[in-house]
Amino acid sequence: MESVQAWTFAIVAMSFALYIGIAIWARAGTTGEFYVAGKHVSPLANGMATAADWMSAASFISMAGIISFIGRDGSVYLMGWTGGYVLLALLLAPYLRKFGKFTVPDFVGERYYSNAARLVALVCAIFVSFTYIAGQMRGVGIVFSHFLGVDITIGVIVGMAIVFSYAVLGGMKGITYTQVAQYCVLIFAYLVPAIFISIMLTGNPVPQAGFGAKLNDGSGMYLLQKLDQLSRELGFSEYTAGSKATIDVFCITMALMVGTAGLPHVIIRFFTVPRVRDARVSAGWALFFIAILYTTAPAVAAFARTNLIRTVSHQEYQTAPGWIKHWENTGLVAWLDKNGDGRIQYGPGKAFAGKPVFTGATGANEQRLVSNVPSEGRNELYVDRDIMVLANPEIANLPAWIIALVAAGGLAAALSTAAGLLLVISTSISHDLLKNIFLPNIADHTELLFARIAAGVAVVFAGYFGINPPGFVAQVVAFAFGLAASSFFPAIVLGIFSKRMNREGAIAGMIAGIVFTASYIIYFKFVNPAANIPENWWFGISPEGIGTIGMLVNFIIAITISRCTAPPPENVQDLIESIRIPRGAGLAHEIDA
Amino acid sequence: MNNKTDRSEYWSANLRYLSVLLCIWFVVSFVFSILLVDVLDQIQIPGTGFKLGFWFAQQGSIYVFVALIFVYTWLMNRLDREHGVAEDADENVGHQS
Repeated sequence: MESVQAWTFAIVAMSFALYIGIAIWARAGTTGEFYVAGKHVSPLANGMATAADWMSAASFISMAGIISFIGRDGSVYLMGWTGGYVLLALLLAPYLRKFGKFTVPDFVGERYYSNAARLVALVCAIFVSFTYIAGQMRGVGIVFSHFLGVDITIGVIVGMAIVFSYAVLGGMKGITYTQVAQYCVLIFAYLVPAIFISIMLTGNPVPQAGFGAKLNDGSGMYLLQKLDQLSRELGFSEYTAGSKATIDVFCITMALMVGTAGLPHVIIRFFTVPRVRDARVSAGWALFFIAILYTTAPAVAAFARTNLIRTVSHQEYQTAPGWIKHWENTGLVAWLDKNGDGRIQYGPGKAFAGKPVFTGATGANEQRLVSNVPSEGRNELYVDRDIMVLANPEIANLPAWIIALVAAGGLAAALSTAAGLLLVISTSISHDLLKNIFLPNIADHTELLFARIAAGVAVVFAGYFGINPPGFVAQVVAFAFGLAASSFFPAIVLGIFSKRMNREGAIAGMIAGIVFTASYIIYFKFVNPAANIPENWWFGISPEGIGTIGMLVNFIIAITISRCTAPPPENVQDLIESIRIPRGAGLAHEIDA
Repeated sequence: MNNKTDRSEYWSANLRYLSVLLCIWFVVSFVFSILLVDVLDQIQIPGTGFKLGFWFAQQGSIYVFVALIFVYTWLMNRLDREHGVAEDADENVGHQS
């Protein structure tokens, strides 16, 4: 494994040098450049940057693994995290670009002629972004520790230093061009192992086609048929069948889609292109680049699961392939020989309670022993879902430099998302809070200084949470999407499509949506986690899907209240008229920049 | 474009495009991939191992999403030109003023 580590250090160091080089080249000189890259980004580059911004450590490392273990139900993530771009392109992006300011709270504040509305949007934006960024920093630490054997804390600090250098120096301009580079790194790192595994299993070099092709082991069976058969034999439910309730799948997918369209770090990217029509086509490019990974991921999931079952099920541990032992050493795989036959029994259920705790001793077959309490079932294997992507290159016997590339890809995914989020936090504080609420008269260069300080402070906070992750990080992701879906999305859509929508309606709607969604999530995730089972959910909707209902609550309250109160003033109605047509965006941009 | 009826025609054409495209969006994702997935799974896509519902849920819907955005972009650029609200027009305005 030494050559792998050497390659990993070399490739990761090269990629970091590239990002910093770009940051120095694209240094921001004005707030316009810091917030929205001077609105000079080409739609194609913005599409790529948006894709990197959007695809986080979770998309790159964990998503295929999750799908691998839940089969068809995994489509909630595949559709939920792509379908939102259709809403974004058709309902939000062009109009927000025409509006021509810097942030989502800007739009909410001006459209609803109210600093209270601006403040509600601001608090949501900061909360959603912090929720997300802690997970990204953690992702950086995990990649470092798995591939380089470096302590997670050191990994997070290195990651902080890199993000700090290009986010604080370059602002949106630096971030945009580093994200373009990061997209290239991450998509290459994702596709190469996927292509080779597809060839290995089916002989077809296109993973999306290999997914539906016949296995090349001479059995003449389709991959998916074989996988269904293997799953049945081992007592799992069929891979291509779902087990979640239809209403819950529906609500989770909708909440993820609408939440995606309402996430401030995604929306803000569409403020950076020169024209309204660039905003439209840029959303198309963004989804195109995202779709390359998102249509490969389910194929990787199916390949990896087939491989896993064939490699481990009822095989002797001592003759198992090297990657099993390698990942056992990192703690992502553990084997507990319950029946003492020296063979790996794989099946449904957990092998033992919790994550593996290694005793430091080795057993009769030289496996690492664990001190966890064995569970009832016959399953003896613990597999961390992240391994499905991380171990792919080794499973396909690819050379060391490709394994190193996967590490660089994981880091690129985590860093690009972290940088985009940092920018939202710093912009919210320097622009929305200081400039627009407290210090309306500050000069541009002072505001820019505040933006840089805010970004710096946010990096430190994010790093702290990356090193000491609060136990609830995994749970709060449902929060981020639920809140974005139940607050921003209805407020922005109504702000564009309903001239009658006024301040009172929008604020009441946002507050009702958030309070409803947050209460439901907090109750089931924090107050009474034991009750978090389908029988107790309203209409069988899980906390992950409740944002859909929160969104409906927001729409209904906002529309009802706005009909009972005074219509918005004349100048706001004129504003709505003007954002509905593209013409004039170029002029607005001359004035802003 | 200062003409009020032209402006409302432009807007209602936009809303028409939106409704049609969002219907397609809803049908491929929520109807084909979630509500009717088990029905469509009775059909195997010829020459592949994909059941139709499963394919829509994990592949097809995403391809359709990408296509929808590009179609919308094309439709709207055409509509902008027809109604004289395209942005090329305001570059000229900018030079004149």
